[in-house]
Amino acid sequence: MIEIIKCKINGRDQEIAIDPRESLTDMLRNKLGLTSVKKGCEVGECGACTVLIDGKSYNSCIYLASWAKDKSIITVEGLTSENGELSPVQKAFIDESAVQCGFCTPGLLLTATEIVNSGQKYTREELRTLISGHLCRCTGYENILNAVEKALNQEN
Amino acid sequence: MYNIKKMYNAETISDAVKFLTDNEDAKIIAGGSDVLIELRHGKLPNATLLNIRDIKEMQGIELINEDIIIKPLSTFTEIAENQIIQERIPMLAEAVNTVGGPQVRNIGTIGGNICNGITSADSASTLFTLDAELEITGPDGTRNIHIKDFYIWVAEVDLKQGELLTKIIIKKESYENYFGHYYKYAKRNAMDIAIQGCAVNCKLSDDKTKLENVRIGFGVGGPIPLRCFETENKAKGKLINNELIDEIGKSVLEEVNPRTSWKATKEFRLHLAQELSKRVLREAIERAGGHIND
Repeated sequence: MIEIIKCKINGRDQEIAIDPRESLTDMLRNKLGLTSVKKGCEVGECGACTVLIDGKSYNSCIYLASWAKDKSIITVEGLTSENGELSPVQKAFIDESAVQCGFCTPGLLLTATEIVNSGQKYTREELRTLISGHLCRCTGYENILNAVEKALNQEN
Repeated sequence: MYNIKKMYNAETISDAVKFLTDNEDAKIIAGGSDVLIELRHGKLPNATLLNIRDIKEMQGIELINEDIIIKPLSTFTEIAENQIIQERIPMLAEAVNTVGGPQVRNIGTIGGNICNGITSADSASTLFTLDAELEITGPDGTRNIHIKDFYIWVAEVDLKQGELLTKIIIKKESYENYFGHYYKYAKRNAMDIAIQGCAVNCKLSDDKTKLENVRIGFGVGGPIPLRCFETENKAKGKLINNELIDEIGKSVLEEVNPRTSWKATKEFRLHLAQELSKRVLREAIERAGGHIND
């Protein structure tokens, strides 16, 4: 079974031949080589596979590739500028040592990007709720929250 | 790769009804946060799926003559952020905000939350206390039923062959002057399933001293979400004080029927039912502008 879908991936229009049975995670990793999208629990609990679809965070493991038709999808590969410069959110994660093993990082970077792009201000408690769909087993979340707060304060 | 044999994308309700009528084994998929997980766990091998997420008639939240119409494809995020909901029935926004985490709330739909027939569904007990009416569409047209009659048994709801949920209706008289609260008791604050959920919706007398009407709902108070009608009837018209709250807390124990599971024992869930009903009722009364007199 093959189905051709059109969608925008990291700002570029693409036509992709997908299998209607595959998840968006599999499409992004296997068809497009976007391996920043991690396979964690694969049942929508850990947030490692999070991508932005039309600006909002979704677990790509419980999202069928065929649903991506006509959508705009952003992965970590799309966060850097054309000359390879890191985004403010990525820089903040480095500055605050918010990365240890790195497995949850791509998903968190995207949720953090959504938070920063919202243009709103949030308390630390609200930020905790907003990143609650991501499991991190290394950092204890404090440095991640510091990074999100830093990126948020810089941008807004 | 998901083990999907066939997936049909319906574009209208009548299209969906026709496919469901012709395909007895079809499983409806909307957000996918339940169905895709069942597929992943191998519980729906070789599935025939009816994809309803593109049906425009089933999206959005409307106000018609002050009755709130929630279309079943509304996601938890859409409900929580919707102005009609926030202004008129904020307790539903509060309830759906306790589901999973942000990513799950972006994909999960309220229709799916009800139709999978699970007692722990965070929106269900609140919809019970809002006296929600469900519009079911099938080959013979539409029929409306109270949500309490929709639930039959664990994972079993009143959807006959060819039928699907098309509207959730909350009538003006069901929410006007009511104030409510939902509390989810779980081990984690996010990404968890309720050990028990309690929703209370109340309307006070004009002088705020009496409970004119009260509705008490539970998730995981039994095999399906439930209302404590006898307790509600006993409490109607009573003066608000600590004694009444204690009485209600004791009385709900006659109406809930929780079981022991790997999450919690029956005894703990009974303790929760008593304690949560009291705390949630107190909060609902305070939101309604009442005070608890000693």
